[in-house]
Amino acid sequence: MQDIGIVVPQCASFDSPLTLQSGAVLDSYQLVYETYGKLNEARSNAVLICHALSGNHHVAGFHSEDPKSVGWWNNMVGPGKPIDTNVFFVIGVNNLGGCHGSTGPASTDPKTGRPYGANFPVLTVDDWIESQARLADRLGIETFAAVVGGSLGGMQALQWAISHPLRVRHVLAIASAPNLTVQNIAFNDVARQAILTDPDFHGGNFYAHGVIPKRGLRLARMLGHITYLSDDSMAKKFGRGLKKGSYNFGYDVEFEIESYLRYQGDKFATQFDANTYLLMTKALDYFDPAHAHEGDLARAFAGAASEFLVISFTSDWRFSPARSREIVKALLDNEINVSHAEITSSYGHDSFLMVDEHYHAVVRAYMRNVAKGAA
Amino acid sequence: MNERGAVRHDYETIAKWIAPGSKVLDLGCGDGSLLAYLSRNRAIRGYGVEIDDENVLACIKNSVNVIQSDLESGLSVFESASFDYVILSQTLQAMKNTESIIREMLRVGREGIVTFPNFGYWQNRVQILRGHMPVSSNLPYEWYDSPNIRLCTTMDFENFCAEHGVNILQRIVMNNGKVATFLPNLFGTLAVFRFTKGG
Repeated sequence: MQDIGIVVPQCASFDSPLTLQSGAVLDSYQLVYETYGKLNEARSNAVLICHALSGNHHVAGFHSEDPKSVGWWNNMVGPGKPIDTNVFFVIGVNNLGGCHGSTGPASTDPKTGRPYGANFPVLTVDDWIESQARLADRLGIETFAAVVGGSLGGMQALQWAISHPLRVRHVLAIASAPNLTVQNIAFNDVARQAILTDPDFHGGNFYAHGVIPKRGLRLARMLGHITYLSDDSMAKKFGRGLKKGSYNFGYDVEFEIESYLRYQGDKFATQFDANTYLLMTKALDYFDPAHAHEGDLARAFAGAASEFLVISFTSDWRFSPARSREIVKALLDNEINVSHAEITSSYGHDSFLMVDEHYHAVVRAYMRNVAKGAA
Repeated sequence: MNERGAVRHDYETIAKWIAPGSKVLDLGCGDGSLLAYLSRNRAIRGYGVEIDDENVLACIKNSVNVIQSDLESGLSVFESASFDYVILSQTLQAMKNTESIIREMLRVGREGIVTFPNFGYWQNRVQILRGHMPVSSNLPYEWYDSPNIRLCTTMDFENFCAEHGVNILQRIVMNNGKVATFLPNLFGTLAVFRFTKGG
């Protein structure tokens, strides 16, 4: 098993206006993406990887010799890996509204010549699917062999099967949910409040002031990070360990976990755009395919024609296995081919990003079946 | 909990009972080989339920739909009357909630099919007479490591059905792949029942 090596992101510009679910219109936009492997002659081996809240198009390989430039799912995608780039043509795309090259709040609004900032429209998962479908058109891909995603990425994979049933043969929805629980929305709102109330946020137009709302983003990330882990995994990794070995009766960093969270928060605050964070959490909150069907998820999937692999993780309390079972039930009600693997893991929601032999074996086995149909 | 190493003689019998093109749920489906067999020979559409990680992986490798779940907690993910047949193959004897699983089978399916090792088989009786719990190719476990916590005879199961409003449609008792017709509760190793809701 090896890595892809150095990859270079590509960019696709779109000039036909995209009408969003909110009614707003994006006249033009660009999407940054990466591809790995080769599209076969029948154009039947394309796999789309949808990213989660803080992810991007850089799924696998490296951007430079620096090992830190590795893609976020490099353990899953690559030559000989569970999603095998020797077999599949894999696409990673930075979602619209993102902050890694695709048009987003920090991009220049052609109408004003200034960053969109607060004027950037709120996006939904549906909107992302439409923009991704246009990218697929551009790349000459009529049907994906599979659309794969974890967490918010899994929601996009599910929405693909609903919005474009004939363009997706297989969906892999990992650590996902048919909508957010109220508790999840609550967490998201605390994160948003941290950003919105940061004096450096300037109503979303902080670019003009030459500042970034670091404090808010940092808090948002710290809170989020806690919820992506499990109590057990935090206890195992950090325990009640003290940095200096004893109490110092103050508010500086004392416990290991404080040090870790502050580091993660600080790192994130300098790398991620606050408006993108707000937008992504809102897209999460709004996702609810059953909403248009009086809350009946089965009806939302009535037109789906894909086959599904649903994967959940025992210790994931943000997108719990019970939520995956709701997806499974809705698919079963429609007599759709579906398998559900519940992976025993102690890493919480982040499990889907981790290397776990059984988890990877399940994805590998399923993708082999996908490949048979794509040959 | 399956009849380890032995040929699954119940497959053929089950296949004969299943109408082509049916929708089948296999509880405790193992590596999915029964569903794969039925889909080859009876063109069924099916799903398996399995708790064991390795078996779930094997099902996926065999291109069999599998839902990882514990049968003891019921079949809530499946709608009532959504299957033609619900099969519980060589698993009944290892389940704690016998009554509830049979009830659930008949809620979800039009008909139920169970197979289990017949504890009334004469060799089992001989071993008990000699003072030991039976160990054989059909019951390959010692008493202390056996997953089989609810062993029964064909007569026991028939009584159970009578007492629980379960209507037996068909019964075949087998011995090494052949149908045991003479004193089946004594000479059969494997019981296969097809049943529906009584009344």
